[in-house]
Formats: sequence, structure tokens, C-alpha cells
Amino acid sequence: MVQASPKSQTEYDVIVVGSGAGGGMAAYQLAVAGLKVCVLEAGRSYDPVRETPMFKLPRQAPLLGAGTKHKPFGFYDATVDGGWDVPGEPYTNAPGTDFKWWRARMLGGRTNHWGRISLRMGEYDFKPKTRDGLGADWPMTYDALAPYYDRTEMLIGVYGGDDNLENTPGSPAGVLQPAPAPRASELLTKKHAAPLGIPVIPAHLAIMTQRQDADVLPKKIHPNNPLAQKVLAQSMRQRAACLWATPCGWGCSVKANFQSTTVLLPPAMMTGNVDIVPDAMVRELILDASGKATGVRYIDKTTRADRQVKARIVVLAASACESARIMLNSKSTVFPNGVGNSSGLVGKYLMDTVGAGIGGQIPALENLPPHNQDGASGMHMYVPWWEYKNQLAGKLGFARGYHIEFGGGRDMPGPGIFGGLESYTNGAYGRRFKEEARRYYGSFMYFSGRGEMIPNEDSYCEIDPNVVDQWGIPVLRFHWKWSEHETKQAAHMVKTFAEVITAMGGRVQGTVQTDGAKAIANGGEIIHEVGTCRMGTDPKTSVLNQYGQSWDVKNLFVADGSVFVSNADKNPTLSILALAWRTCDHIMAEMQRGNI
Amino acid sequence: MSDEAHDETRGEATPPMDRREALKVIATVAAGATLVDGLAPLTADAQQPVPGAIGRRALTNAPVPPKSGPRGTATDPDLITPTSNWPRLLSAAEMTTLAALCDMIIPADDTSPSASAVGAHRYINEYVSAPYDWAERALVRVRGGLAWLDVESQRRFTRRFTALTLTERTQICDDICFLPKAKPEFQAAARCFDQIRDLTASGFYTTDAGMKDLQYIGNVALAKFEGPPPEVLRHLGL
Repeated sequence: MVQASPKSQTEYDVIVVGSGAGGGMAAYQLAVAGLKVCVLEAGRSYDPVRETPMFKLPRQAPLLGAGTKHKPFGFYDATVDGGWDVPGEPYTNAPGTDFKWWRARMLGGRTNHWGRISLRMGEYDFKPKTRDGLGADWPMTYDALAPYYDRTEMLIGVYGGDDNLENTPGSPAGVLQPAPAPRASELLTKKHAAPLGIPVIPAHLAIMTQRQDADVLPKKIHPNNPLAQKVLAQSMRQRAACLWATPCGWGCSVKANFQSTTVLLPPAMMTGNVDIVPDAMVRELILDASGKATGVRYIDKTTRADRQVKARIVVLAASACESARIMLNSKSTVFPNGVGNSSGLVGKYLMDTVGAGIGGQIPALENLPPHNQDGASGMHMYVPWWEYKNQLAGKLGFARGYHIEFGGGRDMPGPGIFGGLESYTNGAYGRRFKEEARRYYGSFMYFSGRGEMIPNEDSYCEIDPNVVDQWGIPVLRFHWKWSEHETKQAAHMVKTFAEVITAMGGRVQGTVQTDGAKAIANGGEIIHEVGTCRMGTDPKTSVLNQYGQSWDVKNLFVADGSVFVSNADKNPTLSILALAWRTCDHIMAEMQRGNI
Repeated sequence: MSDEAHDETRGEATPPMDRREALKVIATVAAGATLVDGLAPLTADAQQPVPGAIGRRALTNAPVPPKSGPRGTATDPDLITPTSNWPRLLSAAEMTTLAALCDMIIPADDTSPSASAVGAHRYINEYVSAPYDWAERALVRVRGGLAWLDVESQRRFTRRFTALTLTERTQICDDICFLPKAKPEFQAAARCFDQIRDLTASGFYTTDAGMKDLQYIGNVALAKFEGPPPEVLRHLGL
């Protein structure tokens, strides 16, 4: 599927480090622009068409497919050689910190298993400091990124509704695919949330509800670029619409959802301009005496050989923390603190998403007539943040918002089904257990909040001077602290979810924590870590300019979650894709101007 | 054992709808498209540089890519042909007692067979034998609970659990079926019963018979997702 080593070239126009959302987008955009691109991927090659366990059942897997330390999201989860621990590649935590760092070591990275939730950041999200004085503003407005959101959504295929709410931008007509019909539990939630002033609207997910129009979309997406139009049309014709079965998190062999490996890398490879080198773990950048990047040094994991590859431009898209790690490990006389780190901010302002959740048992959903509610496996409806006015009036006690992801109902039975049922049945067993199981099946729901964290001085990563991984590369050490804005938000989440469950006539499961510090998930656990190489307008207070270009090294770019200035409640992948595209346009413009 | 239940040798089973069938379904919409070509370059004419593009000339011939796939390690297992090959630790005698207990929890009725008939006890053996820390604790609890069950049966009825009548078994199970109401001397046994009940339910309801019992009717490829039918909306008052 991919080329094993860059034998055919010794020097490229661009090296892209990483093949996930940012790296896949960069490889695709630069390849269709005619550049020779070498993609270095730290994990193995991966082919979702052959490897996705479509339609497999829990009982066919070890332990009914339950999560283990080796496969934390379940046996069939698409993640290869990853999770909270990667074999042979540790990280450390400073005393008092319990940060969790999810990685995947595979072609396409985490795009193979992600939740596909694709929400645009809104106009407030780009200027948070201007609004409430906290954190920092982005060096761009919503309007600057909106065209890239449009094209990204058309390119990857995103379903959603036509709502256009406060700081929750809609997409122009013809950009999104139709939202799927809501499920029973989603409709019931909508009905009972409305009187509480909580809106339930169609979610936006990178899943195709219909096939893309390969005759029209490529021309809209890539005007004046025949090569791009050709490879994209070819790629779109190889994608099918959703089958309404089998979880997206396992990957999709028919390419109905967005994965870098099914949507970006195939058309990139079709150009003939891309070499992908799997099992290539980048150690550091190579710099010349003037401090310009000339290539990267990596270890070939299959042979443990030290290798180099040269290029005119380097794009780091290794994931937020991994890109920071590479920069901090790239020390030289010109850059004694790591490349591109004259601000001292590489690794700083690490953010994750605020997460808290609670479940409920909903009597109205008991004994529901049997019907197939699998749908797109992800949510069809969600709740965008709705409390802007109360927040502005200072009534909430915390600064930023969250959205609600929820679901439940007649899902496929899996391991743990009916765990804890005895508390509803006074310990039923025997024939009565089977009757109770039929009654309660499908009546449980879960509500999760996903909220904005404000960057702070105490949350960052740095190189641990005492520990290296099995490749001899110094590892990251994490420091983490939530502020009261996050913990109070988490408390607001679970209180709100309990109100919704109660309004639905349901019974809340477990304790509703009033102490947000007890409700909030650990740093890293929501797997939205961003912000270690933030963009800005001032080289003293940022690592990159608004195009992801290093202030210190003109031919070094970053195109992953590291560039984030804030971490709105909108899940980051769609923004990573749009920002990476914008970075590529800037690279082409700078090359044309002869600046790099 | 059929593929409808928990076999001793997992991995042989064929799902009711496999990818080949799914591909047949989508072939109607994806006519003409090749869905299995991976990341192959287009033909040579696609490699013409873009007008005005910057960069080097196109590569000569891209080499034929190597095959890749799962390494078969714990973090990179074969997902298409799974195996669960760790040694099972419960003895034949323990499995007999466990099967009887599973059937006290989920007996056969007019709708579906009993838990042991679809191998739920074999799933429990897989679970407590797994190479993980939590399994070591579960093994002790399950094994201890099964031993207690036989001793308690001997004490009360001078026979082992599997030799008891349904009424006698029920007398014991009633004492341990609900932890919050179990007497102090039955607390440990009640914890074991609780875990075995959860595991039995997991094992049973993930089989075809169990899914049919609950009337789960998903995991099939559909051309369109229609949402809930009218009778569901009526049931919910929507």
C-alpha cells in the first residue's frame, strides 16, 4: 500500500511528520499542488479496507470485545499500538499530575478511531480574551477560517442540520450532507429538554449519509487545479454512503466516514507525488548553520537504523504533544532550548476538553417496540452551548461553555449489559431476571459534557531529562492543573444532566457531584489535547504565526492541534483539518513569492 | 458448538452479515468503483505537474508497496480473525457448578434457552482466566464463591450444589441474590453471585439467542436509516 522507504528520492520539497488529520491534509494539499512530499509515520502501515472488522460481533472477540489495557476502547477499536500507553514509548507525570496521553501508532493516526464529531468554532471562539479577558485571542477571525471549513466539510463529507445559532455557525447551503433521522431516545430528550431552554439540534459528524457528487464537488473544492479535481473525483467515487450499522470507531472499510487513510491519503497517493514511510519515528529536525530546517532525523523502527531525509520545508503534524516533543528535542547552538522556541512557549498552554457525565434510567423507554436504532453509530442529535446570555450576565460562575453529547437505547448488547441491574430489581435472578432484562433493555441513557478549558500556566509538557523511550528519544513530562472555571463547569454539567434526566421522568444513576473537581475527567482523558505551539501575532507570546509558520524558522510549519490558541468546546479535528489546509495555501504562496 | 454461542475455540465463527455481504449491498450505489484498491497511484497521466505548480518533476515509477497488516501482538491483534487463546483455569468440576449457577440466573423459558446452553459459563471461564490483574481478582472471587456454594449445599442438604433440587438451590440463591439485603454471613457469597450474574448476562445476551430474546435487530446494512417507526413514537407520546 505504501512505499517502505524514500529510496526513489533523497530530497523532497516537503517532509510531513505524521499522517493523521493534520498530516493527511497537508500531504494531500501539497501533493495536489505539485510538490514532492515525504510523509513520515511513526506507526505501521494500515489499510482500513482490509483490516476493519465490519459487522463483527462482541462474542467473536476475546472478552466479548471489552476494553483492556492493550485495547482501551475495546478489542475492535481501530487503534493500533496505542491507547494510554504505547509499548516502549513511555511518558512521565510531574508529582501531583495524572495526565493521560492517548496515542496511536498507525497510518492515519487517531483519525481511524475518532468520534467523527465535526463542529466549527464560532466567532466568539476566535476572540475569547476580547470577550472575557481570559486566555488569548486567535490571530484570525472566524471569517478567515470559514472558507476552509466549507471546503473541508465538502471534501471529507459531514452530515448536519441547517441551524445557525449564537457562536454555533451553520454551513452554507450545499456544503453539509443531510442529517440522519433522530433516534427515539434523541427525540424524547429533545421534547423534555426544550422546556428547560436546552436546544437539541442535529449533530455534525464526518459521516456520509449519501454519496458525494464526484462530478461537481471536486471542481468547487479545487477550482483551476485539474490534478486535484481528477484525484479527488476518483477518490470520491471509491467512497460509499453509510450502511447504518457497525461502529465508526472500528474504522470503515467502505469509506463512509472520515479517516485520513480513506479520504486524504488515497487521493494524495494518486498524484504520484507522495512517498509514505511507515515505522519512521522522528527524533529531531536537522538544521543548517543559519538555523534553517534542512530535513529530519528518524529511526526506522523495523531495523532500528538511524536515517535522515532532506527537504526544503518541514511540516510537523505528529499530534500536539509529539510535535512539541520533536521541537524541544531539536537542540542546536542556534536553538539551545529547542527549535522554534525563542518564546519559550513550546509545550506550554497545553489544553484538553472538560469532560463529565452521568447516566439515567428512563422508564418511558422501557418495553419500547423493537426497532433498529443503530444509525450512524455516533450521535444524530446534540446540544450546543446555550447559556451565552446567563454567562455574560455573570450568573454561572465560570467563563466558557460546553456542548452535550448523549445517547442510549436499544444498542447492540455488549459486555457489561445489565451490570448493576440488581439495584432496579432487588436482586432478580431466574425467570424474573429475563423478564426484567426485557423490560429494562434500551431504557438507559448517558449524557456527557464536552467543555472549553482555558489555557493556564500550570498545564504544559516538557522534556523529562531522566527518561528516554526505546528509541533513545527523550520523553515528555506532563504538568496539569484545572482552574475553577473548568471544575465549576463540570459541576454545572452533571447538575444539568440530572435535571434533564429528571425532566424525562428518569432516575439518575450514581451520585450527582456538586464538587466539580470530583466530576471532571483527568487531563488528557477526553483526547482533545491541543495548544503546545500556539499561534499568535507576537513572536514573544506565540510560537507560530497565524499560518502555522514558525517565527524563528521560516521553513518550519506546524499543522496539528499544537497550534490552537484556545480549546473551544467544539471537538478539534475539523478545525485541525481546516487550519492545516490554510497552512498549505500559505506554504504555496510563500514558495511562489520566493520566501521559502 | 455453533457460531451462535460461546465456543471453546473462538475465531471460527462467521457473522450473520459479513463484509462481503455488506459490499454487495453497497455495490448497488457504488457501481463501477473499486473499493479495495488501497492507496495506489493513478495511471501515469495523472502525474503531470499542475500548471504553474512549484516543485520537482514527478517521481519516476513509484515502487509496488509491501503488504502490511496486524502484527498479532496484544496491542495490534488480528481483528478479522480474533483468537482468545489463554489457558482456561477453572476445573471441570468448577465448570459444572458454574453452569448450574448460570442456569439459576438465566434459566430456559418459552423465549430463549438457558445461559449454559449457549455457553455463558465458558465466557466466564475466559474472563477469570484472562492475563490481566483484574482477572486474577475475579478468579479468586468466582472460585471462592463456587467452593462456598458447594460447602453451603453440603451443610444444608448434604449434597453438592449440582445435586440439589430447584427448590433447594433457590433457598441458597435467595440468601445471596441481593447484596444490600444479604445477612452478614452471606455478604461475600452475595458479592460473588453479583459478579457471576453480571457475567452470565453479558455472556448470554451477546449470543444470537440472547440478542433475539431482547429483540435487538440491528447490525444489518441498510440503504436508508428511517428513524423510529410510528408505534415507537406513539409509545413515547411523540
